[in-house]
Amino acid sequence: MQVALFFIFATLAVAGAVNLLVQRAPINAALSLVAVMGALAVLYLLLGAEFIAFVQILVYAGAIMVLFVFVIMLLNAQPDEASHRSRVARIIGVPALVALLVEFAGFLATQFSDSPVRMGEYISSTEDLGMALFHQYLLPFEVTSVLFLVGLIGAVLLAARREDPPAAMPTAVSSSSAKTTPAELVIR
Amino acid sequence: MPNATFFLISLVKCGVVLFVLLTLVAYIQLAERKIVGRMQSRVGPTRVGPFGLLQPAADAIKFILKEDITPDSAHKFLYLLSPALSATLSMLAITVIPIGGGTVRLFGQNTPMQITDINVGLLFILGVTSLGVYGIVLAGWSSNSKYSLLGSLRGASQMVSYELALGLALIGPIILAGSLSLRHIVEAQQHYWFIVPQFLAFLIYLTAAFAETNRIPFDLPEAEGELGAGYHTEYSAMKFALFFLAEYINMITVSCVATLVFLGGWHGPVFGPALLRAILPLVWFVLKVCFFLFLYIWVRGTLPRFRYDQLMAFGWKVLVPLALGNILVTSLIVGLLA
Amino acid sequence: MSEFFGPNEWFVSRPLAELGIFALGILLLDYWFRRWRPGLTPLLALLGIGFAAIPTRQIQLAVRQAPLQAFDGALRVDNFAVYFWFLFLAAAGVAVLTSYRFLEIEEEPQGEYYALLLFSVIGMFVLAAADELIVAFLGLEVMSLALYVLVGYLRRDRRSNEAALKYLLLGAFSSAILAYGMSLLYGLSGSTRFEEVAAALARQSTAQPLVFLGVAALTVGLLFKLAAAPFHQWAPDAYQGAPTALVGFMSVGVKAAAFALLLRLFQTALPAQRPGWAPMLAGVALATMTLGNFGALLQNNTKRLLAYSSIAHAGYMLLGFVAGNQTGRYGVLVYLLVYTFMELGAFTVLVSLRRRGIVGDRVDDLNGLMHKAPGSAIMMLLFLLSLAGVPPLAGFYGKYFIFLALIQTQHFALAVAAVLYVALSLYYYVRLVAAMFTGTATESAPLSYSAGLRLALGALVALTVLVGVFPEPMLRMAHNALIGW
Repeated sequence: MQVALFFIFATLAVAGAVNLLVQRAPINAALSLVAVMGALAVLYLLLGAEFIAFVQILVYAGAIMVLFVFVIMLLNAQPDEASHRSRVARIIGVPALVALLVEFAGFLATQFSDSPVRMGEYISSTEDLGMALFHQYLLPFEVTSVLFLVGLIGAVLLAARREDPPAAMPTAVSSSSAKTTPAELVIR
Repeated sequence: MPNATFFLISLVKCGVVLFVLLTLVAYIQLAERKIVGRMQSRVGPTRVGPFGLLQPAADAIKFILKEDITPDSAHKFLYLLSPALSATLSMLAITVIPIGGGTVRLFGQNTPMQITDINVGLLFILGVTSLGVYGIVLAGWSSNSKYSLLGSLRGASQMVSYELALGLALIGPIILAGSLSLRHIVEAQQHYWFIVPQFLAFLIYLTAAFAETNRIPFDLPEAEGELGAGYHTEYSAMKFALFFLAEYINMITVSCVATLVFLGGWHGPVFGPALLRAILPLVWFVLKVCFFLFLYIWVRGTLPRFRYDQLMAFGWKVLVPLALGNILVTSLIVGLLA
Repeated sequence: MSEFFGPNEWFVSRPLAELGIFALGILLLDYWFRRWRPGLTPLLALLGIGFAAIPTRQIQLAVRQAPLQAFDGALRVDNFAVYFWFLFLAAAGVAVLTSYRFLEIEEEPQGEYYALLLFSVIGMFVLAAADELIVAFLGLEVMSLALYVLVGYLRRDRRSNEAALKYLLLGAFSSAILAYGMSLLYGLSGSTRFEEVAAALARQSTAQPLVFLGVAALTVGLLFKLAAAPFHQWAPDAYQGAPTALVGFMSVGVKAAAFALLLRLFQTALPAQRPGWAPMLAGVALATMTLGNFGALLQNNTKRLLAYSSIAHAGYMLLGFVAGNQTGRYGVLVYLLVYTFMELGAFTVLVSLRRRGIVGDRVDDLNGLMHKAPGSAIMMLLFLLSLAGVPPLAGFYGKYFIFLALIQTQHFALAVAAVLYVALSLYYYVRLVAAMFTGTATESAPLSYSAGLRLALGALVALTVLVGVFPEPMLRMAHNALIGW
């Protein structure tokens, strides 16, 4: 049953990703990405990573993609015009992609044939994850927090409106008319 | 383990929960009309059945018989999808809510008093409710109407903003319980309810929950004075009923979570003969949930609506910092005591 | 203290913590005191750099004998890393000294600028000491993200916006390629630690296409950051649009950080794949020198011209890498150090040309500088000649060791090409000199010299000349940095 579920949701994820690329209308593309996120969450569940699965839904599908959809709606983004399809991409890119996939498949088949992932047999506890994150991976965790802080400062700085004359700019965030909400959302 | 009995049990439990839920929604709605009526010196519905008790049935018939309108310029697929999405997701969240500590014997197997027991139940609820935004966003966008769009823009930013405060408020109790499982969180409250050490978190949760469910005083997305009916302006008949259903089920969900996380769930004085002992926890649980539902109605009858910029400023500049401070203090105290 | 955050971790993370605390402090104090103490933030930034230098010095003394491993092997602080740490601090210090007046003229807020500058230094610190793929990637991202914002800091200047957008898009693209390469290496080896990657890859055959793809993607990602051809197109636009006071830091810091990672990565993680990447990098180095030098010939904007020249410099440094012996690595380190003084020096002179109402970044703006401000003109002359590699200035030693390494490893053709390009580069440097000494000034507004800018300029010119005349101390520093390799 787990194998069946894996194939169903793996297919869904790949199909969603392909749909994301071929769709012209931005809203459809964004929604297919949501579907990909959901399918990935189920795959995490099958691997026993409950925490990651629901955080994936909560953060990616529930927050980040909502903002994407929000912006698409706000801008009322129209379907893209077809760009000039590069001939190089077709002549070199497609065969290279196929070769790469074949190579991947061959590598995975020869290297990992004897150690399949244990689906559904093992459930990682959230506590273990926390321990790993705050002990073994403490430095990456902290550096990531610096990274987010930098992104946040940058977004506020670049998105904040500035009054003329520029000298009088008490703070970037505190102006609180309804129009600042997009900027405030960027903070998130 | 997944065998025929397992599916059968799950099916029965789903059926029971669904039945209870739908009945509850119908009568909360009636209770709301009655209570708000009293608060405004009216009597509320009295005509259909004794004391108006059959009013929900009349409403349901009305919903079914009304003409189902789809605007010409709507995005047909998404217009259809969004009410379904709203209702489905709201019901999905209920599946992990435990309503009692013990087990029930069904088809020769002991099974917990909830549809499914998972280790990260609280996270599941947060994740599923966070997806609920899509229902609102897509409804407003696909209707292709300015009021709907404005309502859904408000709804999306409001829900995304308050979701943060909601989730952060729950972290305090999670730290105290040391688990994300709702069952464990309730069991950790055997001696004292988390509302005592986490009173601040409780207030933040309650406030954010009002905003998450788009209820007064945070019902900006459907502010009827300015937006018609907000994101569901263009919906009628059963599609509208599904949004309606979703809103009330969400109210029940957040009330259940508040009960489980802050008010000790099914804990309460247990006494008397065996049968009473078995039933009392369930009674306590239902009473606590009903208390929150009453609170919702009470607030609706009392408070005026916020202005939009006040709402955003309050969420980001008051609730989120307070919730973060609460996490900091809680984890410091827990860490020092450990 | 648990076993996961022991004395080593505490010791090693102190400079990072100092920088972080000061960056946050700058943001807060700027918010509170901006109205009546606008000059507070650059002082705080300098103080932060100074406070970070103290533990860095202590670490330097401690790691002289044996490197420190910290955070479960995520960081490896050795002489090499500390060498780069000092370099970053020096470059950041110069950037802070030159920025205050510049931002005042541009009428942009001061606070966030210095905070972001310090954050990018944190990223560089992490990058130079990373001994693991995840941490290296995160360091790179912290550095880059802060710089994307800083490049677009002049929000009312369209060119700054354009520069930020181009830099961001291409940078994000290159980061994605880099991450792809890293994930391939991780998949092939099952570990993110450099040494374990090396051990696992040594067991694979070099001809394995996936190994090659992983190494190639990783290299391409880093070449983007170095602005090496064919991934150099963003550099002229980004340099031209970015605040002039920042460009020197950006050019020096990012290059040094990327080279630090490149050296460490190829030395510890991918030595077995050398036959695969050495010819590739030789081609890249040659193309970089060609495009950089010829591109510089055609420019009429000083910042663009220096951008192309910095591309060419990256090409020379890559040659040291291609040589691959100890002299080559030594040459790269020496080159990066002297490049820091002279590149920052040249850009600092450009900063002083920016005055209210005058952008001052065209070659024509240098006209008649000799008559107007002979001191500036002479200093600029020294920096430019040093960039060209004329002895006895500092720039000569960088090129000298690179060419020496090429000859030692029998790369005669590359050495000849490099020497020819040095001759070519003299043309465009002399063009700037000619403008300064023979042209007639188009305006007579005095240059904008703040005390900080004077201090920075004085120090840089002193270093450029002194290191040229007495190279011994500097060469010893670079030599020490390689102890333990």
